[in-house]
Amino acid sequence: MASNQEEVTLLGVIGSPFVCRVKIALKLKGVEYNYVEENLANKSELLLKYNPVHKKVPVFVHNGKPLAESLIIVEYIDETWKNNPILPSDSYQRALARFWSKVIDDKIVGASWKSVFTVDEKEREKNVAETHEALEFLENEIKDKKFFGGEELGLVDIAAVYVAFWIPLVQEIAGLELLTSEKFPNLYKWSQEFVNHPIVKESLPPRDPVFAFFKGRYESLFASK
Amino acid sequence: MADEVVLLDFRPSPFGMRVRIALAEKGIKYEYREEDLKNKSPLLLQMNPVHKKIPVLIHEGKPICESLIAVQYIDEVWNDTNPLLPSDPYQRAQARFWADYVDKKIYDNFSKISASKGEEKEAAKKELIQVLKLLEEELGDKSYFGGHNFGFVDIPVVSYYPWFKALETFDSLNVGECSKFTAWAKRCLQKESVAKSIPDQRVINELFVELRKNSSTE
Repeated sequence: MASNQEEVTLLGVIGSPFVCRVKIALKLKGVEYNYVEENLANKSELLLKYNPVHKKVPVFVHNGKPLAESLIIVEYIDETWKNNPILPSDSYQRALARFWSKVIDDKIVGASWKSVFTVDEKEREKNVAETHEALEFLENEIKDKKFFGGEELGLVDIAAVYVAFWIPLVQEIAGLELLTSEKFPNLYKWSQEFVNHPIVKESLPPRDPVFAFFKGRYESLFASK
Repeated sequence: MADEVVLLDFRPSPFGMRVRIALAEKGIKYEYREEDLKNKSPLLLQMNPVHKKIPVLIHEGKPICESLIAVQYIDEVWNDTNPLLPSDPYQRAQARFWADYVDKKIYDNFSKISASKGEEKEAAKKELIQVLKLLEEELGDKSYFGGHNFGFVDIPVVSYYPWFKALETFDSLNVGECSKFTAWAKRCLQKESVAKSIPDQRVINELFVELRKNSSTE
Protein backbone atom coordinates (compact mmCIF):
# COMPACT_ATOMS: atom_id res chain seq x y z
CA MET A 1 0.00 0.00 0.00
CA ALA A 2 1.07 3.64 0.24
CA SER A 3 4.47 4.25 1.83
CA ASN A 4 4.90 6.60 4.76
CA GLN A 5 6.36 9.21 2.42
CA GLU A 6 3.28 9.55 0.22
CA GLU A 7 1.54 12.87 0.66
CA VAL A 8 -1.95 13.06 -0.72
CA THR A 9 -4.25 16.06 -0.47
CA LEU A 10 -7.74 16.62 -1.84
CA LEU A 11 -9.29 20.06 -2.12
CA GLY A 12 -13.07 19.86 -2.35
CA VAL A 13 -16.49 20.95 -1.25
CA ILE A 14 -18.93 18.74 0.54
CA GLY A 15 -21.77 19.11 -1.97
CA SER A 16 -19.80 18.31 -5.11
CA PRO A 17 -20.44 15.06 -6.98
CA PHE A 18 -17.10 15.49 -8.73
CA VAL A 19 -15.21 15.65 -5.45
CA CYS A 20 -17.19 12.62 -4.28
CA ARG A 21 -15.91 10.60 -7.24
CA VAL A 22 -12.34 11.17 -6.08
CA LYS A 23 -13.23 10.32 -2.46
CA ILE A 24 -14.73 7.00 -3.56
CA ALA A 25 -11.64 6.15 -5.62
CA LEU A 26 -9.30 6.96 -2.73
CA LYS A 27 -11.40 4.94 -0.27
CA LEU A 28 -11.50 2.00 -2.67
CA LYS A 29 -7.69 2.03 -2.83
CA GLY A 30 -7.30 2.57 0.91
CA VAL A 31 -5.26 5.73 0.39
CA GLU A 32 -4.91 8.09 3.35
CA TYR A 33 -5.20 11.75 2.49
CA ASN A 34 -5.59 15.26 3.84
CA TYR A 35 -8.91 16.81 2.96
CA VAL A 36 -9.33 20.57 2.64
CA GLU A 37 -12.87 21.96 2.49
CA GLU A 38 -12.88 24.97 0.19
CA ASN A 39 -15.14 27.98 0.29
CA LEU A 40 -15.98 28.57 -3.37
CA ALA A 41 -17.01 32.16 -2.65
CA ASN A 42 -13.53 32.76 -1.27
CA LYS A 43 -11.14 30.33 -2.95
CA SER A 44 -7.93 29.54 -1.12
CA GLU A 45 -4.53 30.51 -2.47
CA LEU A 46 -3.75 26.82 -2.59
CA LEU A 47 -6.68 26.13 -4.92
CA LEU A 48 -5.80 29.01 -7.22
CA LYS A 49 -2.16 27.89 -7.26
CA TYR A 50 -2.95 24.24 -7.99
CA ASN A 51 -5.73 24.77 -10.52
CA PRO A 52 -5.05 28.12 -12.17
CA VAL A 53 -6.71 27.05 -15.41
CA HIS A 54 -10.21 26.23 -14.12
CA LYS A 55 -10.05 27.35 -10.45
CA LYS A 56 -12.41 24.51 -9.52
CA VAL A 57 -12.62 21.54 -7.20
CA PRO A 58 -11.71 18.72 -6.98
CA VAL A 59 -7.98 19.33 -6.98
CA PHE A 60 -5.82 16.34 -6.15
CA VAL A 61 -2.21 16.75 -5.03
CA HIS A 62 0.16 13.80 -4.86
CA ASN A 63 3.62 14.49 -3.46
CA GLY A 64 3.29 18.15 -4.44
CA LYS A 65 2.05 17.49 -7.98
CA PRO A 66 -1.48 18.79 -8.67
CA LEU A 67 -4.17 17.35 -10.90
CA ALA A 68 -7.63 18.60 -11.84
CA GLU A 69 -10.77 17.15 -13.49
CA SER A 70 -12.44 14.33 -11.54
CA LEU A 71 -12.28 11.51 -14.10
CA ILE A 72 -8.66 12.30 -14.97
CA ILE A 73 -7.85 12.19 -11.25
CA VAL A 74 -9.66 8.86 -10.84
CA GLU A 75 -7.70 7.30 -13.72
CA TYR A 76 -4.46 8.60 -12.20
CA ILE A 77 -5.37 7.09 -8.82
CA ASP A 78 -6.12 3.79 -10.55
CA GLU A 79 -2.75 3.78 -12.35
CA THR A 80 -0.80 4.74 -9.23
CA TRP A 81 -2.38 2.43 -6.65
CA LYS A 82 -2.84 -0.99 -8.22
CA ASN A 83 -5.13 -2.72 -5.71
CA ASN A 84 -8.89 -2.92 -6.35
CA PRO A 85 -8.69 -1.91 -10.02
CA ILE A 86 -11.18 0.70 -11.18
CA LEU A 87 -10.68 0.37 -14.93
CA PRO A 88 -10.81 -2.97 -16.71
CA SER A 89 -7.56 -4.42 -18.08
CA ASP A 90 -8.99 -5.12 -21.55
CA SER A 91 -8.47 -2.18 -23.95
CA TYR A 92 -11.94 -2.37 -25.49
CA GLN A 93 -13.63 -2.54 -22.09
CA ARG A 94 -11.55 0.45 -21.01
CA ALA A 95 -12.75 2.42 -24.03
CA LEU A 96 -16.35 1.53 -23.15
CA ALA A 97 -15.85 2.58 -19.51
CA ARG A 98 -14.45 5.93 -20.62
CA PHE A 99 -17.28 6.31 -23.15
CA TRP A 100 -20.08 5.80 -20.61
CA SER A 101 -18.38 8.05 -18.05
CA LYS A 102 -18.26 10.76 -20.70
CA VAL A 103 -21.95 10.21 -21.53
CA ILE A 104 -22.72 10.93 -17.88
CA ASP A 105 -20.71 14.15 -17.95
CA ASP A 106 -21.82 15.32 -21.40
CA LYS A 107 -25.45 14.24 -21.51
CA ILE A 108 -26.73 13.67 -18.00
CA VAL A 109 -25.13 16.12 -15.56
CA GLY A 110 -25.92 19.31 -17.49
CA ALA A 111 -29.41 18.34 -18.66
CA SER A 112 -30.55 17.04 -15.27
CA TRP A 113 -29.22 20.12 -13.50
CA LYS A 114 -30.91 22.45 -15.96
CA SER A 115 -34.16 20.46 -15.52
CA VAL A 116 -34.23 21.91 -12.04
CA PHE A 117 -32.17 25.08 -11.86
CA THR A 118 -33.59 26.95 -14.86
CA VAL A 119 -36.18 29.67 -14.56
CA ASP A 120 -37.72 29.22 -18.02
CA GLU A 121 -40.33 26.44 -18.01
CA LYS A 122 -39.88 25.45 -21.65
CA GLU A 123 -36.10 25.17 -21.12
CA ARG A 124 -36.72 22.96 -18.09
CA GLU A 125 -39.08 20.69 -20.03
CA LYS A 126 -36.57 20.36 -22.85
CA ASN A 127 -33.89 19.35 -20.36
CA VAL A 128 -36.17 16.85 -18.63
CA ALA A 129 -36.73 15.14 -21.99
CA GLU A 130 -32.99 15.10 -22.68
CA THR A 131 -32.30 13.67 -19.24
CA HIS A 132 -34.83 10.88 -19.72
CA GLU A 133 -33.34 10.04 -23.11
CA ALA A 134 -29.84 9.81 -21.66
CA LEU A 135 -30.94 7.83 -18.58
CA GLU A 136 -32.59 5.34 -20.94
CA PHE A 137 -29.18 4.64 -22.46
CA LEU A 138 -27.76 3.97 -18.99
CA GLU A 139 -30.76 1.77 -18.20
CA ASN A 140 -29.96 -0.40 -21.22
CA GLU A 141 -26.29 -0.43 -20.35
CA ILE A 142 -26.66 -1.60 -16.73
CA LYS A 143 -29.32 -4.23 -17.63
CA ASP A 144 -29.22 -6.82 -14.84
CA LYS A 145 -25.58 -6.30 -13.85
CA LYS A 146 -24.87 -5.54 -10.22
CA PHE A 147 -22.59 -2.64 -11.10
CA PHE A 148 -21.50 -1.07 -14.40
CA GLY A 149 -18.09 -2.54 -13.56
CA GLY A 150 -19.61 -6.03 -13.14
CA GLU A 151 -19.36 -7.61 -9.70
CA GLU A 152 -17.25 -4.74 -8.39
CA LEU A 153 -17.39 -0.98 -8.66
CA GLY A 154 -15.77 0.45 -11.78
CA LEU A 155 -15.11 3.79 -13.43
CA VAL A 156 -18.67 4.20 -14.69
CA ASP A 157 -20.17 3.48 -11.26
CA ILE A 158 -17.89 6.10 -9.73
CA ALA A 159 -18.77 8.62 -12.44
CA ALA A 160 -22.45 7.82 -11.91
CA VAL A 161 -22.42 8.77 -8.20
CA TYR A 162 -24.06 11.93 -9.52
CA VAL A 163 -26.97 9.85 -10.85
CA ALA A 164 -27.36 7.79 -7.67
CA PHE A 165 -27.19 10.59 -5.09
CA TRP A 166 -27.55 14.01 -6.66
CA ILE A 167 -30.35 13.33 -9.14
CA PRO A 168 -32.75 11.94 -6.50
CA LEU A 169 -31.88 14.92 -4.31
CA VAL A 170 -32.55 17.67 -6.85
CA GLN A 171 -35.61 15.97 -8.30
CA GLU A 172 -37.13 15.97 -4.83
CA ILE A 173 -36.41 19.68 -4.47
CA ALA A 174 -38.16 20.45 -7.75
CA GLY A 175 -40.93 17.85 -7.48
CA LEU A 176 -39.75 16.20 -10.70
CA GLU A 177 -39.49 12.59 -11.79
CA LEU A 178 -36.09 12.06 -13.34
CA LEU A 179 -34.81 8.76 -11.89
CA THR A 180 -37.63 6.56 -10.60
CA SER A 181 -38.07 2.81 -10.26
CA GLU A 182 -41.05 2.97 -12.64
CA LYS A 183 -39.23 4.77 -15.40
CA PHE A 184 -35.81 3.11 -15.03
CA PRO A 185 -36.11 -0.09 -12.98
CA ASN A 186 -32.60 -1.44 -13.69
CA LEU A 187 -30.89 1.90 -13.09
CA TYR A 188 -32.92 2.51 -9.95
CA LYS A 189 -31.96 -0.93 -8.61
CA TRP A 190 -28.33 -0.19 -9.39
CA SER A 191 -28.56 3.15 -7.54
CA GLN A 192 -29.79 1.42 -4.38
CA GLU A 193 -27.05 -1.19 -4.59
CA PHE A 194 -24.52 1.57 -5.19
CA VAL A 195 -25.42 3.95 -2.37
CA ASN A 196 -25.43 1.03 0.06
CA HIS A 197 -22.01 -0.25 -0.95
CA PRO A 198 -19.82 0.19 2.17
CA ILE A 199 -17.13 2.21 0.36
CA VAL A 200 -19.69 4.52 -1.24
CA LYS A 201 -21.67 4.90 1.97
CA GLU A 202 -18.58 6.18 3.73
CA SER A 203 -17.77 8.58 0.90
CA LEU A 204 -21.14 10.21 0.29
CA PRO A 205 -21.83 13.54 1.97
CA PRO A 206 -24.58 13.79 4.62
CA ARG A 207 -27.88 14.21 2.77
CA ASP A 208 -29.61 16.83 4.93
CA PRO A 209 -27.10 19.70 4.72
CA VAL A 210 -26.55 19.11 0.98
CA PHE A 211 -30.32 19.02 0.41
CA ALA A 212 -30.75 22.22 2.41
CA PHE A 213 -28.00 23.94 0.45
CA PHE A 214 -29.46 23.14 -2.96
CA LYS A 215 -32.99 23.84 -1.79
CA GLY A 216 -31.82 27.30 -0.74
CA ARG A 217 -30.32 27.83 -4.19
CA TYR A 218 -33.54 26.65 -5.85
CA GLU A 219 -35.72 28.94 -3.77
CA SER A 220 -33.59 32.01 -4.35
CA LEU A 221 -33.57 31.30 -8.08
CA PHE A 222 -37.36 31.39 -8.19
CA ALA A 223 -37.80 34.07 -5.54
CA SER A 224 -37.83 36.92 -8.01
CA LYS A 225 -40.63 35.33 -10.09
CA MET B 1 -10.14 -10.04 -41.29
CA ALA B 2 -9.57 -10.56 -37.55
CA ASP B 3 -7.68 -7.31 -37.35
CA GLU B 4 -10.09 -5.36 -39.53
CA VAL B 5 -10.18 -1.63 -38.86
CA VAL B 6 -12.88 0.63 -40.29
CA LEU B 7 -13.28 4.37 -39.77
CA LEU B 8 -16.63 6.09 -40.26
CA ASP B 9 -15.70 9.69 -40.84
CA PHE B 10 -16.34 13.03 -42.54
CA ARG B 11 -13.26 14.53 -44.13
CA PRO B 12 -13.69 18.14 -42.90
CA SER B 13 -14.28 17.06 -39.28
CA PRO B 14 -11.56 17.96 -36.76
CA PHE B 15 -12.67 15.02 -34.62
CA GLY B 16 -12.28 12.60 -37.50
CA MET B 17 -8.89 14.12 -38.23
CA ARG B 18 -7.66 13.11 -34.78
CA VAL B 19 -8.40 9.45 -35.38
CA ARG B 20 -6.89 9.60 -38.88
CA ILE B 21 -3.69 11.06 -37.42
CA ALA B 22 -3.48 8.38 -34.71
CA LEU B 23 -4.02 5.58 -37.25
CA ALA B 24 -1.35 7.08 -39.50
CA GLU B 25 1.09 7.51 -36.61
CA LYS B 26 0.80 3.79 -35.91
CA GLY B 27 0.91 2.79 -39.57
CA ILE B 28 -2.44 1.00 -39.30
CA LYS B 29 -4.19 -0.04 -42.51
CA TYR B 30 -7.90 0.64 -42.40
CA GLU B 31 -11.00 1.06 -44.50
CA TYR B 32 -12.12 4.67 -44.68
CA ARG B 33 -15.84 5.33 -45.13
CA GLU B 34 -17.02 8.87 -45.76
CA GLU B 35 -20.41 9.60 -44.21
CA ASP B 36 -23.02 11.94 -45.63
CA LEU B 37 -24.03 13.76 -42.45
CA LYS B 38 -27.38 14.72 -43.96
CA ASN B 39 -28.07 11.06 -44.70
CA LYS B 40 -26.31 8.98 -42.08
CA SER B 41 -25.67 5.34 -42.92
CA PRO B 42 -27.49 2.54 -41.04
CA LEU B 43 -24.04 1.35 -39.94
CA LEU B 44 -23.26 4.69 -38.27
CA LEU B 45 -26.61 4.75 -36.49
CA GLN B 46 -26.09 1.18 -35.36
CA MET B 47 -22.51 1.72 -34.21
CA ASN B 48 -23.12 5.03 -32.42
CA PRO B 49 -26.75 5.02 -31.27
CA VAL B 50 -26.07 7.42 -28.38
CA HIS B 51 -24.60 10.32 -30.33
CA LYS B 52 -25.12 9.28 -33.99
CA LYS B 53 -21.89 11.13 -34.80
CA ILE B 54 -18.60 10.53 -36.52
CA PRO B 55 -15.85 9.54 -36.04
CA VAL B 56 -16.55 5.92 -35.19
CA LEU B 57 -13.63 3.55 -35.14
CA ILE B 58 -14.67 -0.05 -35.69
CA HIS B 59 -12.14 -2.71 -34.69
CA GLU B 60 -12.98 -6.39 -35.17
CA GLY B 61 -16.62 -5.38 -35.55
CA LYS B 62 -16.75 -3.42 -32.27
CA PRO B 63 -17.30 0.36 -32.25
CA ILE B 64 -15.25 2.92 -30.34
CA CYS B 65 -16.88 6.36 -30.26
CA GLU B 66 -15.56 9.79 -29.19
CA SER B 67 -12.34 10.88 -30.89
CA LEU B 68 -10.02 11.08 -27.86
CA ILE B 69 -11.30 7.77 -26.51
CA ALA B 70 -10.57 6.22 -29.92
CA VAL B 71 -7.08 7.76 -29.95
CA GLN B 72 -6.34 6.29 -26.49
CA TYR B 73 -7.67 2.93 -27.64
CA ILE B 74 -5.42 3.00 -30.71
CA ASP B 75 -2.45 3.90 -28.51
CA GLU B 76 -3.15 1.04 -26.08
CA VAL B 77 -3.79 -1.66 -28.67
CA TRP B 78 -0.98 -0.75 -31.10
CA ASN B 79 1.50 -0.14 -28.33
CA ASP B 80 4.60 -1.36 -30.14
CA THR B 81 5.23 1.85 -32.07
CA ASN B 82 5.11 5.65 -31.73
CA PRO B 83 3.52 6.01 -28.28
CA LEU B 84 1.03 8.89 -28.23
CA LEU B 85 0.64 9.11 -24.47
CA PRO B 86 3.53 9.29 -21.97
CA SER B 87 4.30 6.19 -19.90
CA ASP B 88 4.47 8.06 -16.58
CA PRO B 89 1.01 8.22 -14.90
CA TYR B 90 1.37 11.87 -13.86
CA GLN B 91 2.51 12.95 -17.33
CA ARG B 92 -0.33 10.93 -18.78
CA ALA B 93 -2.85 12.67 -16.53
CA GLN B 94 -1.43 16.06 -17.54
CA ALA B 95 -1.75 15.12 -21.23
CA ARG B 96 -5.38 14.12 -20.66
CA PHE B 97 -5.99 17.37 -18.80
CA TRP B 98 -4.72 19.53 -21.66
CA ALA B 99 -6.57 17.53 -24.30
CA ASP B 100 -9.75 18.00 -22.23
CA TYR B 101 -8.99 21.74 -21.88
CA VAL B 102 -8.63 22.07 -25.64
CA ASP B 103 -11.99 20.43 -26.23
CA LYS B 104 -13.75 22.52 -23.61
CA LYS B 105 -12.32 25.91 -24.52
CA ILE B 106 -11.65 25.91 -28.25
CA TYR B 107 -14.87 24.32 -29.44
CA ASP B 108 -17.08 26.49 -27.21
CA ASN B 109 -15.42 29.68 -28.38
CA PHE B 110 -15.63 28.64 -32.03
CA SER B 111 -19.37 28.21 -31.55
CA LYS B 112 -19.69 31.53 -29.75
CA ILE B 113 -17.82 33.39 -32.47
CA SER B 114 -20.03 31.86 -35.15
CA ALA B 115 -23.26 32.51 -33.32
CA SER B 116 -22.69 36.09 -32.21
CA LYS B 117 -21.94 39.55 -33.51
CA GLY B 118 -20.48 42.80 -32.29
CA GLU B 119 -19.20 42.96 -28.71
CA GLU B 120 -20.05 39.34 -27.89
CA LYS B 121 -18.15 38.16 -30.94
CA GLU B 122 -15.11 40.28 -30.12
CA ALA B 123 -15.11 38.96 -26.55
CA ALA B 124 -15.16 35.35 -27.79
CA LYS B 125 -12.34 36.10 -30.23
CA LYS B 126 -10.31 37.60 -27.39
CA GLU B 127 -10.92 34.54 -25.22
CA LEU B 128 -9.78 32.27 -28.01
CA ILE B 129 -6.50 34.17 -28.33
CA GLN B 130 -6.07 33.84 -24.54
CA VAL B 131 -6.56 30.08 -24.90
CA LEU B 132 -3.83 29.99 -27.55
CA LYS B 133 -1.53 32.02 -25.32
CA LEU B 134 -2.08 29.60 -22.44
CA LEU B 135 -1.34 26.70 -24.76
CA GLU B 136 1.85 28.49 -25.85
CA GLU B 137 2.86 28.74 -22.19
CA GLU B 138 2.21 25.02 -21.77
CA LEU B 139 4.23 24.26 -24.90
CA GLY B 140 7.17 26.34 -23.64
CA ASP B 141 10.37 25.53 -25.47
CA LYS B 142 9.31 22.03 -26.43
CA SER B 143 8.95 21.03 -30.06
CA TYR B 144 5.61 19.44 -29.33
CA PHE B 145 3.23 19.35 -26.37
CA GLY B 146 4.43 15.77 -25.99
CA GLY B 147 8.07 16.94 -25.71
CA HIS B 148 10.42 15.65 -28.39
CA ASN B 149 7.61 13.63 -29.85
CA PHE B 150 4.25 14.53 -31.28
CA GLY B 151 1.53 13.15 -29.02
CA PHE B 152 -1.83 13.17 -27.32
CA VAL B 153 -2.18 16.93 -26.83
CA ASP B 154 -0.72 17.91 -30.21
CA ILE B 155 -3.39 15.84 -31.96
CA PRO B 156 -6.57 17.68 -30.86
CA VAL B 157 -4.91 21.11 -31.06
CA VAL B 158 -3.70 20.58 -34.62
CA SER B 159 -7.12 19.17 -35.57
CA TYR B 160 -8.57 22.63 -34.96
CA TYR B 161 -5.93 24.34 -37.11
CA PRO B 162 -7.99 24.52 -40.34
CA TRP B 163 -10.79 26.17 -38.37
CA PHE B 164 -8.39 28.71 -36.91
CA LYS B 165 -7.32 29.50 -40.48
CA ALA B 166 -10.95 29.95 -41.47
CA LEU B 167 -11.57 32.30 -38.54
CA GLU B 168 -8.48 34.23 -39.56
CA THR B 169 -9.86 34.61 -43.09
CA PHE B 170 -13.49 35.35 -42.28
CA ASP B 171 -13.44 36.88 -38.81
CA SER B 172 -10.00 38.53 -38.72
CA LEU B 173 -8.95 36.38 -35.79
CA ASN B 174 -5.39 37.49 -35.19
CA VAL B 175 -3.74 34.07 -34.91
CA GLY B 176 -0.48 35.65 -36.07
CA GLU B 177 -0.26 37.26 -32.62
CA CYS B 178 0.64 33.77 -31.36
CA SER B 179 3.93 33.13 -33.09
CA LYS B 180 4.87 30.09 -31.01
CA PHE B 181 1.56 28.46 -31.86
CA THR B 182 2.05 29.22 -35.55
CA ALA B 183 5.58 27.77 -35.49
CA TRP B 184 4.36 24.66 -33.67
CA ALA B 185 1.52 24.21 -36.19
CA LYS B 186 3.98 24.46 -39.07
CA ARG B 187 6.09 21.76 -37.44
CA CYS B 188 3.04 19.49 -37.08
CA LEU B 189 1.95 20.05 -40.67
CA GLN B 190 5.33 18.77 -41.84
CA LYS B 191 4.58 15.40 -40.29
CA GLU B 192 3.25 12.87 -42.77
CA SER B 193 0.49 11.68 -40.44
CA VAL B 194 -0.85 15.23 -40.10
CA ALA B 195 -0.32 16.26 -43.72
CA LYS B 196 -2.29 13.33 -45.07
CA SER B 197 -5.06 13.67 -42.45
CA ILE B 198 -5.73 17.38 -42.72
CA PRO B 199 -8.68 18.42 -44.90
CA ASP B 200 -8.25 20.84 -47.78
CA GLN B 201 -8.46 24.43 -46.51
CA ARG B 202 -10.68 25.44 -49.44
CA VAL B 203 -13.22 22.79 -48.44
CA ILE B 204 -13.14 24.06 -44.85
CA ASN B 205 -13.60 27.64 -46.01
CA GLU B 206 -16.56 26.69 -48.21
CA LEU B 207 -18.14 24.74 -45.35
CA PHE B 208 -17.57 27.68 -43.05
CA VAL B 209 -19.38 30.05 -45.38
CA GLU B 210 -22.24 27.56 -45.78
CA LEU B 211 -22.61 27.09 -42.00
CA ARG B 212 -22.61 30.84 -41.44
CA LYS B 213 -25.23 31.40 -44.15
CA ASN B 214 -27.48 28.74 -42.62
CA SER B 215 -27.25 30.18 -39.13
CA SER B 216 -27.94 33.72 -40.25
CA THR B 217 -31.13 32.75 -42.07
CA GLU B 218 -32.57 31.11 -38.94
